[in-house]
Amino acid sequence: MQSSGNLQYRVIVGMEIHIHLATESKMFCPCPNRFGDEPNSNVCPVCLGSPGVLPVMNRRAVEYALRTALALKCEIAAFTKWDRKNYYYPDLPKNYQISQYDLPLAQHGVMEIPVDGQLKTVRIRRLHLEEDAAKLLHEGLVAASHVDLNRAGTPLMEIVTEPDLASADEAHAFGSELRSLVRYLGVSEANMQQGQMRLEPNVNLAIVRDGQEYRTPIAEVKNLGSLRALQRAVEFEVQRQLDEFERTGATMQMGNKSTRGWDEGRGATVLQREKEEAHDYRYFPDPDLAPVTPEPVWIEQVRSELPELPVHRRRRFVEQFGFSEKDVGTVVDDRATADLFERALAAGAPVRNLANQFISFWAMHANQRGVPIAELPVPAERMATLAAMVEQGTVNATTAAAIAEKMLAEDTDPQAIAERENLVQVSDSSEIEKLVDEVLAANPQAVADASSEGKKQKKAFGFLTGQVMQKSRGQANPKIVNELLQKKLRSS
Amino acid sequence: MDLSQLTAKQIVSRIKSRELSATEVIKHTLDRIERLDGQVGAFLSVHREQAAARARAIDDRLAAGDDPGPLAGLPVAVKDNICTRGARTTCASHILEHYQPPYDAGVVERLEAAGAVIVGKTNLDEFAMGSTTENSGLGQTRNPWELDHVPGGSSGGSAAAVAARLTSVSLGSDTGGSIRQPAGFCGVCGLKPTYGRVSRYGLVAFGSSLDQIGPFATDVHDIALLLSAIAGHDERDSTSVPPTMAATPDFLAGLDNADIKGLKVGLPKEYYGQAGLDAEVSHAVGEAIEQIKAAGAETVEVSLPHTDYAVACYYLIATAEASSNLARYDGVHYGYRTPSPSDLIDLYSRSRAEAFGDEVKRRIMLGTYVLSAGYYEAYYLKALKVRTLIKRDFERAFGEVDVICSPVSPTPAFRIGETVDDPLAMYLSDIYTISANLAAIPGLSVPCGLSRAGLPIGLQILGRHFDEPTVLRVGAAYQARTDHHRQRPPIASA
Amino acid sequence: MAELTQEQVRHVAKLARLNLSDEQARLFARQLDGILDYVEKLNQLDTADVEPTAHAAPLRNVFREDVARPGIGSEHVLANAPDAEPPFFRVPKVLDLGDSGA
Repeated sequence: MQSSGNLQYRVIVGMEIHIHLATESKMFCPCPNRFGDEPNSNVCPVCLGSPGVLPVMNRRAVEYALRTALALKCEIAAFTKWDRKNYYYPDLPKNYQISQYDLPLAQHGVMEIPVDGQLKTVRIRRLHLEEDAAKLLHEGLVAASHVDLNRAGTPLMEIVTEPDLASADEAHAFGSELRSLVRYLGVSEANMQQGQMRLEPNVNLAIVRDGQEYRTPIAEVKNLGSLRALQRAVEFEVQRQLDEFERTGATMQMGNKSTRGWDEGRGATVLQREKEEAHDYRYFPDPDLAPVTPEPVWIEQVRSELPELPVHRRRRFVEQFGFSEKDVGTVVDDRATADLFERALAAGAPVRNLANQFISFWAMHANQRGVPIAELPVPAERMATLAAMVEQGTVNATTAAAIAEKMLAEDTDPQAIAERENLVQVSDSSEIEKLVDEVLAANPQAVADASSEGKKQKKAFGFLTGQVMQKSRGQANPKIVNELLQKKLRSS
Repeated sequence: MDLSQLTAKQIVSRIKSRELSATEVIKHTLDRIERLDGQVGAFLSVHREQAAARARAIDDRLAAGDDPGPLAGLPVAVKDNICTRGARTTCASHILEHYQPPYDAGVVERLEAAGAVIVGKTNLDEFAMGSTTENSGLGQTRNPWELDHVPGGSSGGSAAAVAARLTSVSLGSDTGGSIRQPAGFCGVCGLKPTYGRVSRYGLVAFGSSLDQIGPFATDVHDIALLLSAIAGHDERDSTSVPPTMAATPDFLAGLDNADIKGLKVGLPKEYYGQAGLDAEVSHAVGEAIEQIKAAGAETVEVSLPHTDYAVACYYLIATAEASSNLARYDGVHYGYRTPSPSDLIDLYSRSRAEAFGDEVKRRIMLGTYVLSAGYYEAYYLKALKVRTLIKRDFERAFGEVDVICSPVSPTPAFRIGETVDDPLAMYLSDIYTISANLAAIPGLSVPCGLSRAGLPIGLQILGRHFDEPTVLRVGAAYQARTDHHRQRPPIASA
Repeated sequence: MAELTQEQVRHVAKLARLNLSDEQARLFARQLDGILDYVEKLNQLDTADVEPTAHAAPLRNVFREDVARPGIGSEHVLANAPDAEPPFFRVPKVLDLGDSGA
């Protein structure tokens, strides 16, 4: 319970999420399922809703939905069918959407999300498949709107949760976790900016005043373009509903759920234009599509192919490999990258060095190229070798970074690169000692300063270290340089 | 040689043997249409140049020793709710008056792959909604037997084209009797295949769970010939049956010297007790059944106890589906748009109001109502359950018999204008045909005589799912013993 | 069932996006009422234990493989458009914000 003035309240959020499935073709026709192409270029008579056309279900779309449903531990329907949702809108070529009404593909699942270092269970009410609508464009147009059908008929998975989320933070965590999950499963890229994952929180409050509990009317919020917008919108709604309740005392009733749009510029939700009549969708089973009875063999096969879920893998990488909570996402958020990490471990990489390299230069290069680490042209075995080379002292960290850069440019083993470029770290004490002696001899003032104290001492020591490193062309083992310098300075 | 007296089988055979050229056959057809269709009004559009060009191409292939297919050079008329790429497909509605589909229907592709030549698109009740073709928004088709009588509907144009021998065969569609009834009224044969036998891809949808495309012809052999060309699984139609469920048999097999000895023919007692059944129809059908018995079949009285509920059941399901199927006609992506709409809703409501005919509006309204909140269970869902009962009636009956025979229609064709004001009366005349669509079974209509007024009467033969072979065999056996199917209206010999 | 009122007819016409004149509304109310009266007879049947037949053929699990094929080209897509500003369809300005009705 939280407080606001003399009220105590609890935040209640349920989510409705639409996820664009990353199939090659649309849900009911073979048109390419792609974003950003020339308007109306990925359209055929079927998704145009031409007279006489018929839908044919994309098997992979069903499989992706099944995969997601199983990852969410849902009950899979033994019999599922598609229904027509009838309403008129220019983004709906047939003026009905093929969706699922009373017998969805999956129900009653759960998803765990990280909240304050613990895992919280959020119940999934249902998951179903439907087709997406076309795109309407209004910008720059005065009296008209434009219609682009490229998106019409692309496959969507709709997930609805129970109102189990209790704050804006939890809503954010849920959105983030779901996004990771569907990326892990390979069913969607879930890029919110491209509209591949659309989140609609349903928000209301349970307010306690004078010992009585009241529920405020539910507000459904649309038009959220990012997880951050989701968080801000829920926070805004909570405050708005508190204020509204204080003002009017209005409570949740049948039919007073409102739809509000998030206005990013104003940082506020805005009541959407009231529809002229409440939608009567006149759902009925689509006679053009055969019902689906997912076979147990198929379900088991998909279930057996489920990967470790990101929420669990993250936990394991922290516990087993020592990643910090802050850094673990760099390696775990992309499934292929996490796989790569584990393959490199299996190839003999020492875990701490490998982890450090992943979160330092491998991540840097990946970011520069705009790809996940797994897409860098370096195989796991070579990454393992490089990490081992640092652990064994063959090269130091700086050199390793230089070698890594070369590994990206050429198809060569790090060991070979190090030898070729004379980057192998010199750990021979006597060799280094020679260099140290040379440097000390050449810099009497620095030697004197290094024997003093405080800042001057530190600066001088650093200078001397640098000189030795330079003389060794960066190849001297820094630990040994340090030891020898200290020894020599003490004795001088 | 009067080509218009040849059957499709004969035309095809003579073109193959080079006795006739496709070019002369098509020319003859087009000339005949030009000469006579002004009186009949069967065609909404004639594909003059394209048909002539195709005919030439077929002749070229034949000259080169190629085989252009089992229907090479055969002129075919196609109902105008079946999509033909680049050629107007209007559904006899103002809303699609200038519409040119960007694709061919599955059956059109098959016909053309078989070498057939589509010569034109035929008239129908608007969006296939009607039983007289009077609901066409683009013209009236007349019954070639009596030009001031209706040809039946909704495939009135396709039936009339064959009756007048403008073409020997044509394609129609049947949702509640729209092939069988006009076949009966026009004295030709018409077959509604089992649901799923023929692809619906490219058939403009009216009642999706009821619609089927089927052939019209002058005899059962030609029906089988056309059916062979158009039947078969289409992966673009999820309701088209795959071969694993029902293979496509050789429909032509067993039709010569058709043997129906020992076959059991069911006569539903509920059908023959109908109040509106015309005495002449009853008599003609009775005689036909005697002929079938004489050919060796046995008649058995069966019961289809839910017969009286079929019309109500049908009209709830068909209109519900139609209300959704016709929502796409909104003036946005194709079709008629009202000039100067004030806003989006106005664009929709005015375009549809201005371009749809009354019967279409009525059915859309009824369908919308029965699906709407508060009424779904009482009407639509109830109808789906009654449909199950009707299906079971047939399953039980076909446990005792192999086919079921009945009249096609309670009366022969009536005058144009006689029933336009009473939609319910119109619906009730579908009593014999409608159940077959609900049960998804095949049905054949064959001519079995003329009324005293000279109007054709049709006999209906219904069969088990996917048992077109037996249905056709009965029809063939009947036609081997009778010559009603050889009768033709005067205009057919003109 | 109660008689179909003109108001109900207008409501249904709105759902179906059909403008009706007063005369049509009256005529349709009467005709539809007659038809609805007729279909009442279905209530004579006890269907409590009867499964509805929503699909005509007993088909299940009909799928296509996920293979993409190019579209037909925006030129063809727009070919029958009553109003287009290539490569778009054009409609009167749509005022609702956010996602459509869904």
